[in-house]
Amino acid sequence: MSLFFIVALPFFGALLPGLMNSAGRSACSGVTFVVSLAAFLGLLTNLPYVLAGEVVTAQVDWMPALGLNFTLMLDGLGFFFALLILGIGLLIIIYARGYLSRDDNMGEFFTYLLLFQGAMVGIVLSDNILLLLIFWELTSLSSFLLIGYWKHLPEGRQGARMALTVTGMGGLAMIAGMLILGQIVGSYDLSVILQNRDLIQADPLYVSALLLILLGCFTKSAQFPFHFWLPHAMAAPTPVSAYLHSATMVKAGIFLMARMWPVLSGTPEWVMIVTSAGLITMVLGAVIAIFKHDLKALLAFSTVSHLGLITMLLGTGTAFGAMAAVFHILNHATFKAALFMSAGIIDHEAHTRDIRRLGGLRKLMPVTFVIATLAALSMAGIPPLNGFLSKEMMLEEANHTVLFGIDWLVPALAVVGALFSAAYCFRLIFHVFFGPVRDDYPHKPHDPGKAMWLPPAILVVLVVLIGAAPFLAEPFVKLVTSSLLGSAGEVPDAHIKIWHGLVPALYMSIAAVVGGLLVIAAFKPLSRAWDAAPRPEAKVMFDAVVAAAAGLAQRLIQPSHDGSFTRSAAIGSAAIIVAGLHAWSTGTVEAATRAMQPAGPVAIAGWAMLVAATVALLFVHRNRFMALILIGIVGLMVSVGFVFFSAPDLAMTQFTVEVVTIILMLLALNFLPKRTPVESTTLRRVRDGVVAVAGGLATFGLSYHFLLRDTVAAPISEFHLANSYKGGGGTNVVNVILVDFRGFDTFGEIIVLGIAALLIYALTEALLDGPVRARLLNRTPDQPLAGDRHPMMMVVLTRVIMPIVLMVGFYIFLRGHNEPGGGFIAGLIVSIAVVMQYMASGFSWTSARLRYPYHGVIGAGVLVAGMTGIGSWFVGKPFLTSDYTYVRIPPFHEFELATAMFFDLGVFLAVVGAVMLSLESFSRLARRAHMPESDYPMDIDPSRHDPPPDGAPGAAKEGV
Amino acid sequence: MELLFASAIGVMTAGGLYLVLRQRTFPVFLGISLLTYAVNVFLFGSGRLTTGAPPILSDDASTYTDPLPQALVLTAIVISFGMTAVVVMIGLGAFLGSDDDHVDDQPETGAETPEGRT
Repeated sequence: MSLFFIVALPFFGALLPGLMNSAGRSACSGVTFVVSLAAFLGLLTNLPYVLAGEVVTAQVDWMPALGLNFTLMLDGLGFFFALLILGIGLLIIIYARGYLSRDDNMGEFFTYLLLFQGAMVGIVLSDNILLLLIFWELTSLSSFLLIGYWKHLPEGRQGARMALTVTGMGGLAMIAGMLILGQIVGSYDLSVILQNRDLIQADPLYVSALLLILLGCFTKSAQFPFHFWLPHAMAAPTPVSAYLHSATMVKAGIFLMARMWPVLSGTPEWVMIVTSAGLITMVLGAVIAIFKHDLKALLAFSTVSHLGLITMLLGTGTAFGAMAAVFHILNHATFKAALFMSAGIIDHEAHTRDIRRLGGLRKLMPVTFVIATLAALSMAGIPPLNGFLSKEMMLEEANHTVLFGIDWLVPALAVVGALFSAAYCFRLIFHVFFGPVRDDYPHKPHDPGKAMWLPPAILVVLVVLIGAAPFLAEPFVKLVTSSLLGSAGEVPDAHIKIWHGLVPALYMSIAAVVGGLLVIAAFKPLSRAWDAAPRPEAKVMFDAVVAAAAGLAQRLIQPSHDGSFTRSAAIGSAAIIVAGLHAWSTGTVEAATRAMQPAGPVAIAGWAMLVAATVALLFVHRNRFMALILIGIVGLMVSVGFVFFSAPDLAMTQFTVEVVTIILMLLALNFLPKRTPVESTTLRRVRDGVVAVAGGLATFGLSYHFLLRDTVAAPISEFHLANSYKGGGGTNVVNVILVDFRGFDTFGEIIVLGIAALLIYALTEALLDGPVRARLLNRTPDQPLAGDRHPMMMVVLTRVIMPIVLMVGFYIFLRGHNEPGGGFIAGLIVSIAVVMQYMASGFSWTSARLRYPYHGVIGAGVLVAGMTGIGSWFVGKPFLTSDYTYVRIPPFHEFELATAMFFDLGVFLAVVGAVMLSLESFSRLARRAHMPESDYPMDIDPSRHDPPPDGAPGAAKEGV
Repeated sequence: MELLFASAIGVMTAGGLYLVLRQRTFPVFLGISLLTYAVNVFLFGSGRLTTGAPPILSDDASTYTDPLPQALVLTAIVISFGMTAVVVMIGLGAFLGSDDDHVDDQPETGAETPEGRT
């Protein structure tokens, strides 16, 4: 199966559990299992190639310019990890089916699980390091969801947050490290990077890259001093802990160290940092683990300890160490997943994980007892189980490792770590399963159903099998080791076997086991001493650091960003002006290339009106009605300016938009206060004035500058002018650009316009659903009311004008391709015609006669425009290619028919719909309880015989 | 002519900025409208100023103004209407919900009654 499918299957499969949720828990877990199984089998189909030593690749260019390609590769190392991820994943899915209770949302759980699985498989199969980083971050995010799956538990939420913070920060550091690495090599492909060991290690940036990448690996793999998040992540459901902390998430850091081993390892920095971090973690984790009373916490710290062991083995930088690391990764995954699942079984059945409340379970839960004991003995390093083999190899490797020039340091610490490791394994066996059967368990325990004990049992079979017959696993371990080493080393000849003779490692092993038994024998006094000793509490420290960081951020941000819009606007404007000033003063200013055009009296008069209206607006803006009139003058002058400067289309658009904008503002002002009170201090007004004047001067300077100079590069407009008629079949170049050359832009713009209108509609709905509704209904208008709500003259006039305006709109629309006009302008004109009906006869009368809802009109417009675009696919042209022809229907003139006209029709419909939906939404707020809506078009109608509605005089102007 | 055009842009920008920095929503609406004019006219000006040469192809005309900024500004005008309407709706909703048309959150003194209300 293609590697793409193996990675994509879990991601796409993640959609299924949610959908199958209502089909029942078995269907939900079944579909998840099938998805994982498909990916697992797909992986196995690649086994022959991997065994033959080939590297399977799959590649799709994604962003080649950035060096980011979707490149996947499968070699021995990747196969090994993918096998663990998918294989143990399958067992976890079966186990989770039995573990999760009816109250847990199973679809949600399996969706997260599959997302996580896909991200993990993505990490181990990535060939491009940027792609690897993406999957790396995805594991941080999806593990956050998994750890915090029990959202109702505060520990779950805090643990998830801590895990995300620590691993996310490490991930950020790693991004920087990977980028440095890519810069050194000149490629982001692992296959290339792995060939450049000497180049990388000779680079002055090698140490920074190493530190940053190791930061990512150490945080992910919970190495000291970042080990503290892992125990807190134990608040997750046990299947999550078993999956994340045995075979997957925490192994991601190990995987990356192994992946980068050929190019990063071997230097003094590598050996010192990685080996010592691993050693400290191994010993520290093992010591803490003994004194944990929570079964899962004990296992969590034992995981930390074993990860430290693997890290140390990778840190030594020898080929034998690497082989031991690979073997221990395999062994740890098998026995630790089995142990976590056993802990989950005990928790599930006895309703407690507190070791002090357990004991004697071997009689009550014989199956679980056998599984957990075998796994724990393997972890303790007892022959003939697989844990013994890799521990021997570790001790052997430790014997040859010298750190800080002290010969005995590493071997001694390794024995201490192994000793405590054996001790907590014995504690787990003795204190949980041995001893007398108690009668005070929170719940009478017994062995669980098959779904829960079968998955760990399968793993324990592997534990025994690998331990008793290591020659079965050896070829595979060597294959993985050879792909880990790459060209940087030779696979060692040493064989994996139980009996090596009387070598030092055997004595060390015996010492560790005996020491472990002694520790357990003296557990009670030791535990009392441990509890009495002062210890730093990681969570408190973490919380303090987070609080300090948040406080610092707040102090930095608050002064400039306190939620005040005006302050932000002022700071933003000032910043833009300063940036512009900097550009202006450091750039080069060339002499003017265009002559200033003379200004006639008309132009001066228009300018004077515009400036006068704007300045007056500033002084009288407190009177809001007056301000509207003044801003209308400004808009009008802008329209006139467009006419003057050869832009008839713009003038028509601006003019019609002006009308609807003023109507909109009036509608809003209907509810808002009519005056703006004087509040600002003089100082504040001076500040705003300075910002405003500076901004005005800046735009003045900029526009004056470029108006007097020719463009730096020739504009593309020549093309539009030359091809408008030939290619687009229209003589109005602006319209041809809109509906043809840049039709895709226009298509996007009508969609934006439609979305804006729908947003306004939605806001209105939200307002009318809330407490505002009652206030609106009981509102007393604050303005003197019109005596005649729907004056006859106005009604008659708008009715007569309606067909004429529609005809004008139609005309403007049709001629748009060749003369000023088009869909935008026609749409605005028709909207104004309809708005006039609302104004004359009121909201309810008009909307009762409305045949089509405005949402539908917007949708139809977008659809018509889109369909026109799609139409060109049928003739094998790209989206929105237009065509035109000339037809003649006697007795009319020959006229042009272009497909662009249908597109313009879509624009027209979308504009009408959007404008009307916005204005209608505003008017809907204006309806009031005590004011019955008139069913008649006008209040006084001579042709009607019934009396006018009560209170018609003095009624408010309605529905405007 | 260029001086008049550029100064008009400057005056509208300055007026718009001043009004946007006011404390009540309605002047902010007005300020946004003024800034909209200024920006549209500014963009239009990037085609340089030409009088009497609209971009309508005909056999008599020999020179045309730059049509591209016009096309871009045309849609900009319509979209800025949509955006103004959204902003006004948000401001209106806030006023109807809290009976206060201040742009910024007010310090919670409780003593202040919004003026301009009847």
